[in-house]
Amino acid sequence: MDAILRSLIDGLLLGFVYGIAAMGLTLIWGVMNVINLSHGSLISLGMFSLYFLFTGLGIHPYLAVVITAILGLLLGIVIYAIAVHRIINAPHLSTLLATYSVNMIILGIGTAILSTSPYNVPFDLGSIKVATSVVPTTRLIAAIVAMLVAGGLYLFLQYSRLGRYIRAVTDNREAAEIVGIPSAQILAFSFGLGTMLAAISGGLIATFFPFTILAGGAYELKSFVIGVLGGLGNPVGSLFGGLILGAIEGLVPLAMPTTWTPVLEFVLFVLILLVRPTGLFGGSE
Amino acid sequence: MMLLQVQGVTKRFGGLQALTQVTFDLPEGQILGLIGPNGAGKTTLFNVIDGVYTPNEGRIIFRGKDVTGKKPYHLAKMGLARTHQIVRPLNELTVRENVMVGACFGHANAPLNNAGRIADEVMEFVGLSPKAEMLAGSLNVAQKKRLEMARALAARPKLLLLDEVLAGLNPSEIANMVEIVKAIRDERGITIIMIEHVMSAIMNVSDRILVLDFGKLIAEGTPEEIANNPKVIEAYLGDPKLAERLMSGE
Amino acid sequence: MKSLRQHTSLWLSLGVIVVMGAWPIITGNALSRETMFTVLRSVALASSLNILLGYTGYVSFGHVVFFGLGGYVGFYLIAVQGWSLWAALLAGGVAAGLLAYLVGAAILRLRGAYFALATIGINEAVRAFINNFDPFGGPTGMTLNFKIYKLYGGPGAALQLAFYVMIGLTLAVVLLSYWVRTSKFGLGLLAIREDEDAAEVMGVTAPAAKTWAFVLSAVIPGMIGAIFFFKNGTIEPGLAFPLHTSIEMIVMIMLGGQGTVLGPILGAAGYEALRDYLLVSPVFKNIQLAISGILLLIIVLFIPRGAVGWVRQRYAKVRRWLI
Repeated sequence: MDAILRSLIDGLLLGFVYGIAAMGLTLIWGVMNVINLSHGSLISLGMFSLYFLFTGLGIHPYLAVVITAILGLLLGIVIYAIAVHRIINAPHLSTLLATYSVNMIILGIGTAILSTSPYNVPFDLGSIKVATSVVPTTRLIAAIVAMLVAGGLYLFLQYSRLGRYIRAVTDNREAAEIVGIPSAQILAFSFGLGTMLAAISGGLIATFFPFTILAGGAYELKSFVIGVLGGLGNPVGSLFGGLILGAIEGLVPLAMPTTWTPVLEFVLFVLILLVRPTGLFGGSE
Repeated sequence: MMLLQVQGVTKRFGGLQALTQVTFDLPEGQILGLIGPNGAGKTTLFNVIDGVYTPNEGRIIFRGKDVTGKKPYHLAKMGLARTHQIVRPLNELTVRENVMVGACFGHANAPLNNAGRIADEVMEFVGLSPKAEMLAGSLNVAQKKRLEMARALAARPKLLLLDEVLAGLNPSEIANMVEIVKAIRDERGITIIMIEHVMSAIMNVSDRILVLDFGKLIAEGTPEEIANNPKVIEAYLGDPKLAERLMSGE
Repeated sequence: MKSLRQHTSLWLSLGVIVVMGAWPIITGNALSRETMFTVLRSVALASSLNILLGYTGYVSFGHVVFFGLGGYVGFYLIAVQGWSLWAALLAGGVAAGLLAYLVGAAILRLRGAYFALATIGINEAVRAFINNFDPFGGPTGMTLNFKIYKLYGGPGAALQLAFYVMIGLTLAVVLLSYWVRTSKFGLGLLAIREDEDAAEVMGVTAPAAKTWAFVLSAVIPGMIGAIFFFKNGTIEPGLAFPLHTSIEMIVMIMLGGQGTVLGPILGAAGYEALRDYLLVSPVFKNIQLAISGILLLIIVLFIPRGAVGWVRQRYAKVRRWLI
């Protein structure tokens, strides 16, 4: 029983961080129907941003997460302007390939500069007791930060003017344009927000796991699974999806070899796409 | 023999009652006009007949067979063809290829080279021959409407559903299209149901008219009867003198 | 004369492949044979995927799953069960086709990006499963006993044989692709690509047509997998199911022109030539991935129809025969 609880807590803490990574992916999908295939490399950039801010400039990691978030927002807006805006109304293949080309560019340059060897942020806050199990403090803080970010995003989308604009564009871009919402800017900003969430999750992961420039790819795949679990285009659902995935990853190894986890995850992913494409929490189509 | 029987068809979308207990028969060889205000359920009725939607209640009998719940392609193979109110050309294919799709996969079930011949003949009939090698996406609206018609005809259907083929056309184009519709029935013996808002045209061309209002069939009869039916005038036509005007063809 | 012109694209396509195949045989250069093997593999994979992506309009991001599965099945039958290469080739194709048939019936109901995501999911699920599947060697995969090559006249002769098989498969794909593009079945696929609902109303049996398109696009990649790993001598999950190979296939198709017979052939050859150049160039060697990314972005943004598509759009006269 203890072992189960310990694994569950481990998984759930990680699940929050997965959740905000997926939230970035699904926010972009919801607002502009684009699946961002550069998501993984942006997560990687978040990891390295934190690494260099900390080891290079000596900035405290949690302050570095804030700076990373801002950089992510700006980078996302730039990516949108260069690679996505021109083809925003083209068939899906175009935006899939455009964002994948951004992925190739980032990974190409990243690999040339950073190689593919692992990096590690030398930062440790010891351990802390959560319920009956002992977890690294960095993981607990990461989960709390992720929760705050998710809550902040929710309040922002719900109550700020910009947030209401984003929701209006999500619902119906044409109608939003007719009532005078500058949809191009809103789309760019939303892409920035999605990128920001990827960067934050990358930065948080870097505080407790070693990483390479290619590490984000695995989290991108997880984000797909979570996005589909929670309903593509439903950012709040992503947080729950992240928790579910975290719980699966925590509990599966108790029952069978860890290597079976991805089999379960992806089978679940395809099944949910087929049976409930709006996600476990979405309404019917 | 009845070509089509619609029996007690009801269709709901969520809370919206789009069609309520619609019943009518259509004998072979008729042109049936279907009129009613916007949102009365006319296009929904087409979608139920050709299998795009499955009705919540009721049955559709086509050529003596119960086809309720059958897919659109089943009905197409059995001899149903239609045009769309909002044209749906296959943009990146040529006009000729568009028409060949109808011939290949509809009731004609033609092999490819026969389909080419059918397409040439039908394009001639609707006046699209000069545009045969153009991409369908580059046609103007009137030409796209003809293309819809040509695709449907190439299928060699028994029953043709025409959804507002006159909308957006200018008077001389309308006159031309009306002649085409008549010729389809007279020369090809194809039974037709047509939805139309251009009253003078539909009064002129139909053998019989159905009136839908809020999803219910409120009247059925010859054009003359419809134009003089007080219920129709109240619900829809609005003007008591309209009958005379319509029948005089103004 | 008319029929010759009508089939211009077919003759052009077959000609290009015969020249690429004959070159290393005539020169007897083993290195250029290896290069051409890779190029032909890309041509055949891209042309296969084009049947689904270009003709039917369904974007599979996980198409490499058929290459990997066919490779594993073929390899297992040769290495463990002692089957002949020919039977194993066939089995690889059948396995891939069967997977496509079963999976296709389910996921081809999904449209647009949902379908693309599902194909990624299928690829990752199969890869993860084989990673755990002990008969196929799990994460370490399998290795071929060198003695098996003796049955085919030794390692050198086996490599040569694999090359001939690859030429044959590539020619088969191109014939298949041309047949589909010019057949009634293919016309139905094109209609589905343009507007699936309208196609169904016109009588195209979309679910069946899509499933067959998916199967046709999977069978030859399965056989290519079998011959590729027979030649390679080892197989492991990372080699068999790399997601980026799926995406490279799409890039090649986009480069040459989706929905045409000739496009994927030229696109694949062009892509491989470019990659070769970038890999040996001292300037670009380290950032070849980034350069490829920039080129892809330019194509997607400015020439989305690809080379052949661009010519077709610009010059109406060639449209009838340049496909």
